[in-house]
Amino acid sequence: MTAPQTGSWHWLDAAGLQHLIDALRRRRHRVVGPQVADGAIVLRDLARASDLPAGWLDEQDGGSYRLRHDPGAGTFDHVVGPHSLKNFLFPARETLATFTRDGGGWTQAPRPEADAPLAVLGVRGCDLAALAVQDRVFLGSGAVDEGYRARRETLFLVAVNCRRAAATCFCHSMACGPAAGPGYDLALTEIAGRFACEIGSARGAAVLADAGDAGALITACTIGEIDAARAVPRDLAAEMHARQATSTGPAPRSLDTHDIRDLLMANPEHPRWDDVASRCLSCTNCTLVCPTCFCASVQEVADLSGDHVNRERHWSSCFSLDHSRMHGHTVRSTTASRYRQWATHKFAWWFDQFGTSGCTGCGRCITWCPVGIDVTAALAAIRATDARTTPAAPEPLP
Amino acid sequence: MTSLAPVPPGLASDPWQSHAARIAAIVDETPGVRTYDIELENAAHRAAYRFKPGQFNMLYLPGIGEAAISVSSDPAVSATISHTVRAVGNVTDALARLGVGDQVLCRGPFGTPWPVERVAGRDVVVVAGGLGLASQRAAILHLTRPGRSRRLTVLHGAKRPDGLLYAREYEAWRNAGVDLRTIVDEAEPAWPGPRGLVTSLLRDAIRDPAATTLLCCGPDPMMLGVAEAAIAADVLPAEVFLSLERTMACAVAHCGLCQFGPHFVCRDGPVLRFDRIAPLMRIPQL
Repeated sequence: MTAPQTGSWHWLDAAGLQHLIDALRRRRHRVVGPQVADGAIVLRDLARASDLPAGWLDEQDGGSYRLRHDPGAGTFDHVVGPHSLKNFLFPARETLATFTRDGGGWTQAPRPEADAPLAVLGVRGCDLAALAVQDRVFLGSGAVDEGYRARRETLFLVAVNCRRAAATCFCHSMACGPAAGPGYDLALTEIAGRFACEIGSARGAAVLADAGDAGALITACTIGEIDAARAVPRDLAAEMHARQATSTGPAPRSLDTHDIRDLLMANPEHPRWDDVASRCLSCTNCTLVCPTCFCASVQEVADLSGDHVNRERHWSSCFSLDHSRMHGHTVRSTTASRYRQWATHKFAWWFDQFGTSGCTGCGRCITWCPVGIDVTAALAAIRATDARTTPAAPEPLP
Repeated sequence: MTSLAPVPPGLASDPWQSHAARIAAIVDETPGVRTYDIELENAAHRAAYRFKPGQFNMLYLPGIGEAAISVSSDPAVSATISHTVRAVGNVTDALARLGVGDQVLCRGPFGTPWPVERVAGRDVVVVAGGLGLASQRAAILHLTRPGRSRRLTVLHGAKRPDGLLYAREYEAWRNAGVDLRTIVDEAEPAWPGPRGLVTSLLRDAIRDPAATTLLCCGPDPMMLGVAEAAIAADVLPAEVFLSLERTMACAVAHCGLCQFGPHFVCRDGPVLRFDRIAPLMRIPQL
């Protein structure tokens, strides 16, 4: 066997996944991967490859997520569940600083030691793209978030190239998938019960070599086999671009992103915002499952003595009134203004702030919206009656 | 062993690192409003602390919370740092219960400054609504020094006469050459000064619009009105600067709470050039 090195491809058989997990655990990584729990496929600590959701498919639509067992389905033929890398890199609650009172003053404790390095198995193209987006927020926009940096620097990523898309997936429109990458250490493409594994980093090569040394059967892919593996996400992308709505089953999502920043900037008063607001519950689900949403508030958490205080960062949401509450008034008091904020930030202002879209087309906001609000439909409706090209409706007669 | 250079608080590698300070003096200003002069406890931090007029600090009381407060003192003096605060919430109410010698924690300075470095030879018109003047006092103190501007006019409006901020300093400002005009919305019949909106003072104050830079701080609708009136009087939109206020948790463009269109008010503001935000200012509930 040729030694694993960055850029090379190797076959890993089904048993090899366990060797891969073991190799990461021997390197003191906390390994996390997709598993079935509470009726969904979520990211959890993973010790056994047999806990991966082999044979499970997720059927997703606006406000709907159902698991279906299919003996013919592979290990990674599900797509994305409610969790993403955000839950681990930018956790929903995190202590930012700790203070202790002694005498007449407070002392800030040094930052705690970093957690064990994390390895995540099964990361999709959309979520790798989302990680790159959050990197820009927490590492690349001036100030550096120390907790995020520590977790990010040691993160080990085993990506998966999708070979199936849910109806809610529109990564093909956002150019974030279905092919994974860049940014992974290893990338798996499932073919006939085994995995073509592309090595994306020196660390990835070392871990794969470790797995081989421990007994995993690792063989080099031939040029033809590499071409076949590369064709898997490419064929899916072509299929996604060609998808058409049918009378049965959920409509396949896509989004016309042409000029989308200027489209939204030009339509702050579009009636569609009110139409969405008439259905939106302001429940914040879309922002919680979004892999790029980064808004947060800081809470003071004191013990009973009041002498020990943690400053905890909690995820916040632009759909909550608190998000824009000032003394005396709330900036965005209507649901329409809050939905507009979310969508315009995600698809327009994000470009000004971070040089990239804030959306990767993962579709989670559609699936996990309890009333099935579909951002692709809302944006298409705004495009169809763009204020720049649509004549204003005549004034109603008195 | 070489000793490490002191890190100014705003440049700390961890943006959540606070620095202990003691309240050195408290001045009652207007009803509910006090100025707190604080002194950083660590001598190296105290010596290294520098701010520019218009920037703000995050003042922190553990267990209670943190608030963004403009630095209102003279930027040439760094031994004590002044913050003029109205008691309107958890943090500012708790601050109002503190006395001289008590501790507050401080992160900063943060944000963009007033453009005071580039107005030599120009007329500067400062327009302040109520407590908005707190964010401009540092700019006024800076600009009263010789050569910093051609002419400095301060227009200050308040609801009532007792809301006129820093009244004890008006004589000194006037002696330093400031053309200071005040106006109030409502007052006892005996009040000798003008009544109305601060906007009504603007037309007289703009004498050479092409050479005028306007610095405005107050409630959003007031600032929009002032900016539009100034532009109607031929001040260039790119020479109108507003200081916005939004709730914020981090001050480093991470928490997202202070977003105003594409701008993080904490980092891209609080001082923003009007021509860059004019369309946003006109959108309700943005």
